[in-house]
Amino acid sequence: MADTTLTTAAKLTIKDFQSDQDVRWCPGCGDYSILAQVQRVFPEFPHKKEDFVAVSGIGCSSRFPYYMDIYGLHGIHGRAMAIASGVKMTNPKLDVWVATGDGDGLSIGGNHMIHMLRRNMNIKVLLFNNQIYGLTKGQYSPTSQMGQITKSTPMGVIDPPFIPVSLALGAGATMVARAMDRDPKHLQDMVRRAEYHHGSAFVEIYQNCNVFNDGAFSLFTEKDTRDDHVVYLEHGKPLVFGKSGEKGIRLNGFTPEVVNIKEGSHSVNDLLVHNEQDSTLAFILANMIHNPDLPRPMGVFMALTRPTYEEMMQEQIARAKSKRGEGDLQKLLDGDETWVIQ
Amino acid sequence: MAKQLKTLEEVTIRFAGDSGDGMQLTGTQFTNTVAALGADLSTLPDYPAEIRAPAGTQYGVSGFQIKFGSVDIHTPGDQCDVLVAMNPAALVTNLKLLREGGMVIVNEDAFNDKNLKLAHLTSNPLEDGSLAKFQVNRVAINTLTAHVLEDMNLTTRMVDKTKNFFALGLMYWMYNRPIDQSVRFIKEKFGSKDADLVEANIRVLKAGYNFGDTTEVFTTRYDVKPAQLSPGRYRNIMGNVATALGLVAAARKANLQLFLGSYPITPASDILHELSKYKEYGVKTFQAEDEIAAICSAIGASYAGALAATTTSGPGLALKTEAMGLAVILELPLVIVDVQRGGPSTGLPTKTEQADLLQAVVGRNGEAPICVIAASTPADCFSTAYEAARLAVKFMTPVICLTDGYLGNGAEPWRIPQVSELQEIPVTFAKDPKTFQPYGRDEKTHARPWAIPGTPGLEHRIGGLEKANITGDISYDPDNHDFMIRERARKIDGIANDIPEQTVEGDPQGDLLVLGWGSTYGAIKSAVTEARGRGLSVSHAHLRYLHPFPRNLGAVLSRYKHVLIPEINNGQLIKLIRSQYLVPALGFNVIKGLPLRAEEIENRIDEILGGNNG
Repeated sequence: MADTTLTTAAKLTIKDFQSDQDVRWCPGCGDYSILAQVQRVFPEFPHKKEDFVAVSGIGCSSRFPYYMDIYGLHGIHGRAMAIASGVKMTNPKLDVWVATGDGDGLSIGGNHMIHMLRRNMNIKVLLFNNQIYGLTKGQYSPTSQMGQITKSTPMGVIDPPFIPVSLALGAGATMVARAMDRDPKHLQDMVRRAEYHHGSAFVEIYQNCNVFNDGAFSLFTEKDTRDDHVVYLEHGKPLVFGKSGEKGIRLNGFTPEVVNIKEGSHSVNDLLVHNEQDSTLAFILANMIHNPDLPRPMGVFMALTRPTYEEMMQEQIARAKSKRGEGDLQKLLDGDETWVIQ
Repeated sequence: MAKQLKTLEEVTIRFAGDSGDGMQLTGTQFTNTVAALGADLSTLPDYPAEIRAPAGTQYGVSGFQIKFGSVDIHTPGDQCDVLVAMNPAALVTNLKLLREGGMVIVNEDAFNDKNLKLAHLTSNPLEDGSLAKFQVNRVAINTLTAHVLEDMNLTTRMVDKTKNFFALGLMYWMYNRPIDQSVRFIKEKFGSKDADLVEANIRVLKAGYNFGDTTEVFTTRYDVKPAQLSPGRYRNIMGNVATALGLVAAARKANLQLFLGSYPITPASDILHELSKYKEYGVKTFQAEDEIAAICSAIGASYAGALAATTTSGPGLALKTEAMGLAVILELPLVIVDVQRGGPSTGLPTKTEQADLLQAVVGRNGEAPICVIAASTPADCFSTAYEAARLAVKFMTPVICLTDGYLGNGAEPWRIPQVSELQEIPVTFAKDPKTFQPYGRDEKTHARPWAIPGTPGLEHRIGGLEKANITGDISYDPDNHDFMIRERARKIDGIANDIPEQTVEGDPQGDLLVLGWGSTYGAIKSAVTEARGRGLSVSHAHLRYLHPFPRNLGAVLSRYKHVLIPEINNGQLIKLIRSQYLVPALGFNVIKGLPLRAEEIENRIDEILGGNNG
């Protein structure tokens, strides 16, 4: 139940967003971090507490709404986007968030995902990607890696995975980002960016399932490997990475490559400078995943401003009203041709 | 030569031609004009699933039947009195629907070798004697149309497109109806686009009318006086439009925003088209990416406080099944309109059927009771959609509103209600954090409170996992599950106390009760009226409420020796009636994608009652 003593004028704190429900994720699950980061940044946002809504489908990630003390709807498998869309269209003032996973959002709910993103509803999507089905206990997901041994693929996965970021870009999302459960500060930043983006925001979050797919992202999250395997994207800044910032990404034609900027052959001036408004660049960055020699980009791949669906919907209603006046129900029932029987 | 004017009580006309010939438009125009002069009427559009099947073929034939009269009209007619056939295929596919001695008006220009071959005819029916039982009138519609347009420099294609208005004009003449309404229509439809098209269509319409007046072929015209409908203001209305209006009216009366999440599907799409026009009424329509998204968006909208609806047909209802279960456990108001069509699978998309009843009543996983109601005539779609919305918000439940292709596309006169006479739909959102319990219940209705996002202090979570009684928290407790299943069923069963008792047309007891539901109303009413006229002890009860049934239904059924249940399915209501009331009801089932015919129902009545001696 809601904390009924809260007044909306009071400054919100992390406690205001923690529900009284026991969190039932497995101990050590990456979901705990995601929940904590969201609860940490939500109080900053310019909304009254009652205007936050979390919608989810089915899966471990989709238990998220139960643990947030805001309005929440735990829907059915894959359909969170559609439910959230209905909420947003009905009341565009609400701050609508969707928690989903790689199975819920990209497999059974893939269709709703791409269409919500292309419509650019002002809905924020947190996609917990653990590259496995957790709640059904360990089958492969549409982001599982080729060859991965799972309960349903004893000889290895034979379907190539989706790259969620590429999929979202291809669907026409206006903001696409990637973050990790194990990098809380950066994850908080990405949640903030999603909040302040005007339009649909898609944040893929690498999330460790320590029971069924432990260490799937350790290359990017562990201290000894992450500096060489992660590059953080920042708008207007060159792509630099490595333990001492000695490496960078240069574009050779349309192909990104790693160069060393401390050995004299290349300088920071040769490096690719990130531009969030460049949708072509966003695809190039998303495709870096195919080359194992390249670091994994984290951050905002692209952020564009387009009118949102619900704004255009409201605009059409306003235009119809200004042209034809507020609808008169009796006139509508009467129609154009009537006759009277005495 | 002076023409004779004969007055008729009722007449049935069928227009038939290629899908591209504009037969639906012709029929609709004729209907609107007939309606505006105050006749009672009923229509049956009968068209193929293909948009433009190859011209001249039998499977490309599109038909439109209208019965109108100065007496009560309940059906579009079992058989027609007049068949207007624009080509050989239209003639041969529709001839069986023409009564013996009826009139055929054929476009004789279309009876060439090519069209005869396309219609798979080895000889010309105009010449081989196969029309001997009918009055045949041959009109060279192509030639006459081309003649009146010859100075206009139009393409052959454009000339060809106007010929349906010749047939329309001729029928206006024959049935003594003015052409004004159609002239206005032509100006409105083509006026902004093409002045030539306006001119051409009006010329052809007038030419058809004048042809009737001047030709020697026709010696008689007919008049049909206005019907004695109850006093009031009337309009002609199609079922799908009536459904749309019912939803808008309910939203207004409930003071809620109307949200429609829908996905195009024949024959339900017109409801989406219609509602998408009503933006100045604040109606929000969302064409979703699929049927599932359509209902899920409506569930989201309902959660956020809209009067939410989703419209579909059988295959779409199947896709929405899981989400309906979600709406059941969330206990949110939702109107689901199913404009039934022939199944299974894609089935007969443009034809009518009543075969989704069991799907609606029981077709979900788990124990997921839903209120189900059905419209009985095109105009009744208004009241039924309105009632579905009223029940949905009052009982916080999804309600399935069944119509069908015949009702959705059919039309009849509708006495327009005054907004003030519509039943009130009071809605109260939960506001008080001190007393709010997500699954606390209203003592009388058992409905839980509707608490919408944006309400301070009521932040709560709902979802598809079993709810704990009162708190709505997740609960796996066995006793709670058992309780909640019964509680949800109790709530729906309790609707029986809110709805009217079942009424009977005819005697309150007797030898036979014909029990129907949905679009068979007109056919059953006609059949029962005829049989009663012959002295048989037979009455008619027509169900609007299919789940739960009216509280007195068992008592009603028990007062008759026999119960007959005619349905356009393989026996669905009969299963529900037999299992709930243990009544040995008899069935009558014709599943041809067409409305039941009054005559065949009457024959079945005779069979049961053993002829005239009851």
